[in-house]
Amino acid sequence: MKTLSLLRFNSALIVDDDPLIRKIHSEVLKSLGFQTQVAKSGKEAVDLYRAGANFDIVFMDATKELRGMGVSTKIVGVSSECSESEIEAFILAGLDLYYAKPLTDANKIIPLIEDLKNKSVPNEGPKKTM
Amino acid sequence: MDRNHLLRQVAYMKNSLFDQGYLDREQFTQLEELQDDANPNFVEEIVTLYYNDSARLIQNMEQTLVNRPIDFVRLEEILHQFKGSSSSIGAKKVNDACTQLKEYCSAENTEGCSRTLQLVKQEHAVLRTRLETYFQMVREAG
Repeated sequence: MKTLSLLRFNSALIVDDDPLIRKIHSEVLKSLGFQTQVAKSGKEAVDLYRAGANFDIVFMDATKELRGMGVSTKIVGVSSECSESEIEAFILAGLDLYYAKPLTDANKIIPLIEDLKNKSVPNEGPKKTM
Repeated sequence: MDRNHLLRQVAYMKNSLFDQGYLDREQFTQLEELQDDANPNFVEEIVTLYYNDSARLIQNMEQTLVNRPIDFVRLEEILHQFKGSSSSIGAKKVNDACTQLKEYCSAENTEGCSRTLQLVKQEHAVLRTRLETYFQMVREAG
């Protein structure tokens, strides 16, 4: 089992309506030492945040709702389409990084996370927009 | 039967699945790498999950082709999800059939869609049988 010491990045939320994807992505992240939680939709993810949960990184299919509530966590978009327009939409929605589904190669995730770590400021949790 | 013999059978079966184009070697191998002592049956669980979910999606796709007028947008949405899952387990032939179906769907070609959906179903069923046999052998090898 691969382990990686990602001191500030150890909790991940996986958001996808496909239970297969949730399971696979959870496992990949767990193999890197993450504690993972899953949500079936953007709405469930938002509900988790509203209930006070916080994550170092979110892997999800759509980011609009989360950014809208002022979440400053790093968000990685995961999609099975690789079209330019999809990538554009993700960027406009406030995505930090984009990745093609399925995310099963743990070796690919490591540099991605290193990169996010280098860019990040300490996670202060969701900013209130009101 | 001697365990080494069984292990060789398992390896032979797996390579056949790759060589015959049923499974994508890289994708399937990555799934296997996620399997460990904490998760000894991970790959089989993933495949079971896939088959439970994908059977429903195929039914839904068949339903869209029965309704009039045909909702090609809806068909494509379901197909998109189905293709995503199939890619996750490396179901190569299933995926190739999906690509064909997608083209007919975009062209709103009813006959083409019906025909290629049957092909998707067929490949889906064949792979299921092959994988059931494979996991049976894996279990026997211990």
